[in-house]
Amino acid sequence: MSTEFESETDHSKAVLKIEEATVRFCGDSGDGMQLAGTQLTNTSALAGNDVATFPDFPAEIRAPRGTLAGVSGFQVHFSSTDIYTPGETVDALIAMNPAALKTNIADLKSGGVLIANSDAFDKKSLEQAGYDDNPLEDETLDSYQLFQVPMTDMTRRAVEGLDLSQKEADRCRNFFAMGLAFWLYGRSLEPTRRFIDLKFKKLPGIAEANRRALTAGRNYGETTDAFVSSFSVDKAKLSPGTYRNMTGNQALAWGLMTAARLSEKELFLGSYPITPASDILHELSRYKNFGVRTFQAEDEIAAICSAIGAAYSGHMALTTSSGPGIALKGEAMGLAVMLELPLLVVNVQRGGPSTGLPTKTEQADLLQVMFGRNGECPMPVISARSPADCFEVAIEAWRVAARFMTPVMILSDGYLANGSEPWRIVNYKDLKPIPITHPEAPTNGKPFMAYERDELLARPWAIPGTPGLMHRVGGLEKADGTGNVSYDPINHQHMTDTRAQKVANVAQVIGDQEVMGDPTGDLLVLSWGGPYGSCRTAVTRLQAEGHKVSHAHLRWLNPFPANLGEILRRFKKVLIPELNMGQLSMLIRNQFLIETIGLNKVQGKPFQVAEIIDKAKTLLP
Amino acid sequence: MASVELPVLKPGDFGSDQDVRWCPGCGDYSILAQMKKVMATLAWPREKTVFVSGIGCSSRFPYYMNTYGMHSIHGRAPAFATGIKSCRPDLHVFVITGDGDALSIGGNHFMHVVRRNVNLNIVLFNNRIYGLTKGQYSPTSELGKITKSTPMGAIDNPMNPLSLAIGCEATFVARSIDVHIKHLADTLKRAAEHPGVSFVEVYQNCNVFNDGAYKYATDKSVKSDNIIEIEHGKPLIFGKNRDKGIRLNGMQPEVVELGKGITEDDLLFHDELAPEPTLAYLLSRMRYPEFPEPIGVLRCVDAPRYDELLNEQVAQARAEKGEGDLDKLFHSGDTWTVT
Ligand SMILES: Cc1ncc(C[n+]2csc(CCOP(=O)(O)OP(=O)(O)O)c2C)c(N)n1
Ligand code: SF4
Repeated sequence: MSTEFESETDHSKAVLKIEEATVRFCGDSGDGMQLAGTQLTNTSALAGNDVATFPDFPAEIRAPRGTLAGVSGFQVHFSSTDIYTPGETVDALIAMNPAALKTNIADLKSGGVLIANSDAFDKKSLEQAGYDDNPLEDETLDSYQLFQVPMTDMTRRAVEGLDLSQKEADRCRNFFAMGLAFWLYGRSLEPTRRFIDLKFKKLPGIAEANRRALTAGRNYGETTDAFVSSFSVDKAKLSPGTYRNMTGNQALAWGLMTAARLSEKELFLGSYPITPASDILHELSRYKNFGVRTFQAEDEIAAICSAIGAAYSGHMALTTSSGPGIALKGEAMGLAVMLELPLLVVNVQRGGPSTGLPTKTEQADLLQVMFGRNGECPMPVISARSPADCFEVAIEAWRVAARFMTPVMILSDGYLANGSEPWRIVNYKDLKPIPITHPEAPTNGKPFMAYERDELLARPWAIPGTPGLMHRVGGLEKADGTGNVSYDPINHQHMTDTRAQKVANVAQVIGDQEVMGDPTGDLLVLSWGGPYGSCRTAVTRLQAEGHKVSHAHLRWLNPFPANLGEILRRFKKVLIPELNMGQLSMLIRNQFLIETIGLNKVQGKPFQVAEIIDKAKTLLP
Repeated sequence: MASVELPVLKPGDFGSDQDVRWCPGCGDYSILAQMKKVMATLAWPREKTVFVSGIGCSSRFPYYMNTYGMHSIHGRAPAFATGIKSCRPDLHVFVITGDGDALSIGGNHFMHVVRRNVNLNIVLFNNRIYGLTKGQYSPTSELGKITKSTPMGAIDNPMNPLSLAIGCEATFVARSIDVHIKHLADTLKRAAEHPGVSFVEVYQNCNVFNDGAYKYATDKSVKSDNIIEIEHGKPLIFGKNRDKGIRLNGMQPEVVELGKGITEDDLLFHDELAPEPTLAYLLSRMRYPEFPEPIGVLRCVDAPRYDELLNEQVAQARAEKGEGDLDKLFHSGDTWTVT
């Protein structure tokens, strides 16, 4: 459904025009903060803003109520200009309880709007959050515009007469908070009302309560004397087209389905649930009418093995996981490399090692996916840079896997997977097909050569059921050409070289590395994956200040684009910001024998633009 | 319309051009020979058959069959086979595995492929030893077994593959013996024809690392006392002179001698079709030397198959929602237009 609508706020108060805003909802993990954030995001997107989000979940499903461990947050950045990050410091913080206030206040800008549910600041909750005194009542919050809103009480009053239990009534608080935030930024309530109708179709009482709470929140903003003005953010000048909001996991799933269609294949996913990758499994499981087969395997090993079986049998095969699961898949990936079958392996990275920070983001699996297999076992590696970019990355990965007959690793991360941004909807017919051919039985009487190679060193994809092509594949070394088992030492060297060269040949189809900014200069910021947005924003600002800084963002990490070395050597210094302790730096130094400067952090959080600017400035003349 | 006759295939047509490299005298040769024979009787096009194996001596099997095949990784053949069969129900998929492969490293996958009732044929070559890694004890080795890794004797309780399979509600469970070639061929054929997962345990002699492990079951002078060929609807009779039988005493089987007031009618009658796996389980528990060990089909029942259900769901979704339309999907839900 495409929507155009005007703000329904009746502007009896002053409206301040602003370029952009970053708003964060935070509360207990049961408070519905993700929902509140998602609604504000979608509504802002529908209003024409560019948006970017950063959901932040606790690792516990339900930590005890009101505790610091149970705080869940959702940050949304909306703007009238093109934006690349979910925002730096927060302009408006909506805190549903003391624990949420405590864990989030540091990110609120000085002078920012702080809306606190004052009803939740009782003695017990304050104690749970470790406050000796009520911060709403002392001077500690003086540097913010503090609005104490008795949300619990007002929500209860709004739903009075609907025959709800108190618990049910209190659950509507997030809609009250939404209504207030919507008023503050001049947002329409309509999309959320539609959402309520759909979501609570079977629970008319709850639907009505949520509707009332939403309206009550909006009305409160409008009528109370506390707020003297609201804000408005113009439409962003995005390139023309029809847009929708997408998370990285959804974009990846849709990209995979599109790749399947483009190659006239049906998709098979073998997967085992793991945060933050599970949503890809959930999403793909919904589209059986697209010919998608999903198999929730007994573990990650079975998941990838089933996918390799699917690839052997002629399907577009996929397995999805996160670092710990990728570790388990290592042996099977080696087999896929040996079998030379097309396979996509998705790693939605999270904090490690081991279980690490399962709900937080990190980019620390790069070396794992490059080298975490026994033997000489190269695999192409591609990474997505933003939520919507996951769509194209999926298609490109499959294009390479099918063309080269190789498993391909797709790197995403928790930040991209759960974050969202507008995706400009593509027309299916505008996309380039992915041609795949399967051989037929040779007619010249010669035996079928399962490991005969084309000009890019790919072997033929002969599928079971085809007469005359019966062949056996397996993990033992293959004789060149026939694919029969061979222990010949020279052949092993040759096949090892060939597999490496085949992956290197991918560079011939991925295109040259582009640079944002001058092709030479004092500093090149080189990034990959999720930090794209922060790096891009940082470099744009530095350039505006007149610095000779450029930005190159890598999509393929193996192989690197053919012209990368040349680009790196044209800059005096190369800065590599990564959410790990220097993994891309290690690869770049190794391959190009140049010095790099790392900006590294593993705190479960994406980079702030300011962090990159500050570091860059220390390197500039 | 001209009728196209399927070429009649002989067992030899199923051999690949690869040299078979098992130790001379290994029981695997016999199983390979019987498999080729069975293939020739099945009248399936060769190209519709896929052999999938894990790792071990037995798992070299696919290389020796002129069909499609995949020699995969240790213990995981059931998972590869599940992927193949789920995508391509038209293919006949065999899983060839060893006792270490299926029950140690692959125990998890074995359990799950069986309970899902994926329409596969699993043949477990049980030599009660690790052959390929040169003679360590396996999950079916007996207590006290002296091997390189158990110089003072194995102290882990062996597992019973048939009981395990039945515990996972396998719909077809059978046992045979490498040198008992007619029985083996008949059993493999029935397994191949079973819709749903079939599990055949084959007693296989590893003459290098565990020679004679099944002597009691293969040695002409004693085997008829130590194994019992079970058949659907027939009483459990064994012995050189067919003068011994199995009777139920409450829940316990007991060996009885026929005559002296005990007739065939007093014996346990086999019912492979019993919907409850109780009888099959009871039979699987009969172990040498207390009992003759059953060979033949312990269980053969019908149940929904994972691969069929998966493909039915795909067909049903298409019937209900129509073939997926990407453009429609992209434009579903909330969208907005920038001009
Ligand atoms: C991941 C892994 N672990 C261990 C091995 C070594 N390995 C190969 S075969 C085998 C045991 C095989 O025993 P079994 O399945 O009984 O087969 P057999 O050789 O007796 O036919 C082992 C431990 C391996 N190849 N891969
Ligand atoms: S080691 Fe044993 S099982 Fe392996 S080939 Fe030799 S005899 Fe057969």
